[in-house]
Amino acid sequence: MLNFISQPWPWYVAGTLIGLIVPTLLILGNKAFGISSSLRHICAACMPAKIPFFSYDWRKETWNLWFVGGIIVGGFIGGLLLKNPAAMTIAPDTLNSLKALGVHDFTSGLLPTDIFNWENLFTAKGLVFFILGGFLVGFGTRYAGGCTSGHAIMGLSNLQWPSLVATLSFMVGGFAMTHLGLPFLMRWVGL
Amino acid sequence: MVSIVTVEEKIPPVATPTKAANWKFGLVGVFFGIVFVKAEVISWFRIQEMFRLDSFHMYGVIGTAVLIGMISVLLIKRLNIKTMQGDPITIAPKQFNKGQIYGGLLFGFGWAITGACPGPLFAQIGAGYSVVIVSLLSAIAGTWVYGAIRKYLPH
Repeated sequence: MLNFISQPWPWYVAGTLIGLIVPTLLILGNKAFGISSSLRHICAACMPAKIPFFSYDWRKETWNLWFVGGIIVGGFIGGLLLKNPAAMTIAPDTLNSLKALGVHDFTSGLLPTDIFNWENLFTAKGLVFFILGGFLVGFGTRYAGGCTSGHAIMGLSNLQWPSLVATLSFMVGGFAMTHLGLPFLMRWVGL
Repeated sequence: MVSIVTVEEKIPPVATPTKAANWKFGLVGVFFGIVFVKAEVISWFRIQEMFRLDSFHMYGVIGTAVLIGMISVLLIKRLNIKTMQGDPITIAPKQFNKGQIYGGLLFGFGWAITGACPGPLFAQIGAGYSVVIVSLLSAIAGTWVYGAIRKYLPH
């Protein structure tokens, strides 16, 4: 059983379990599935700075902070306790494209450590992959009013066409960055 | 002293029937985090595969999740399922504004760079990629800057 759990789970198992979070949160307490709102609540709690967008009672949304806190714990359990001992299987075409862009580490885990590493923090790599990337995630999701969970999963589940617009925009942005932006950026940071 | 105790005993316990305990959502989060890691959804490589159309995995995960979510919401509406507190379930509709396009594109850029949407950022940190704390802090800063300048942005 533990052996089965520590294997990578197939997409239909993961998709089903993630989809079931939608009714679980609704039935538990009328909560709409969404993660990026937690970033707004953290802003409202820590440094509202009299900005109207952060002037609301974030304490009413504490459930969302518990939710993301739980995700960190779940990440620990899944990543360290139920760790998959084998290296990831990466699609050969992606692997070759990334190799050509200068990525070397394909075996140590879920992220390439030649990018995601504390030593890169104060380098161009850190500037692009942590600072710029993170900033765009936080700024973009709030500007769009939701992320993959709030729009793509919750919004589409509730047949909201604005969420379809948002989801398509996420994908267009991702394709553009992967094929047009990253080749340039990865050469620039000197991978 | 005795009389005070009697008075207190007459006061009914303070009940909050419409509010679920927050730790329950924490538990759902734990479950979600495990699924994220075990299905490799938090992997930078899997997101790269998705945007390079080299693997079906992420499309399968998101597609199945949407399908299951849709069926669930449909059943909740059809069967008039209530919350555990007995309240009717309500989902706020999403209003369209241009931010969904502009913000969506910007998030898409960030998604391809970090290989993570907000949920996986949290899960990556838990899974031991501690440097992602910096990405998360930058994401919080991004949200804050959006809040600060939103009145100047097209919506």
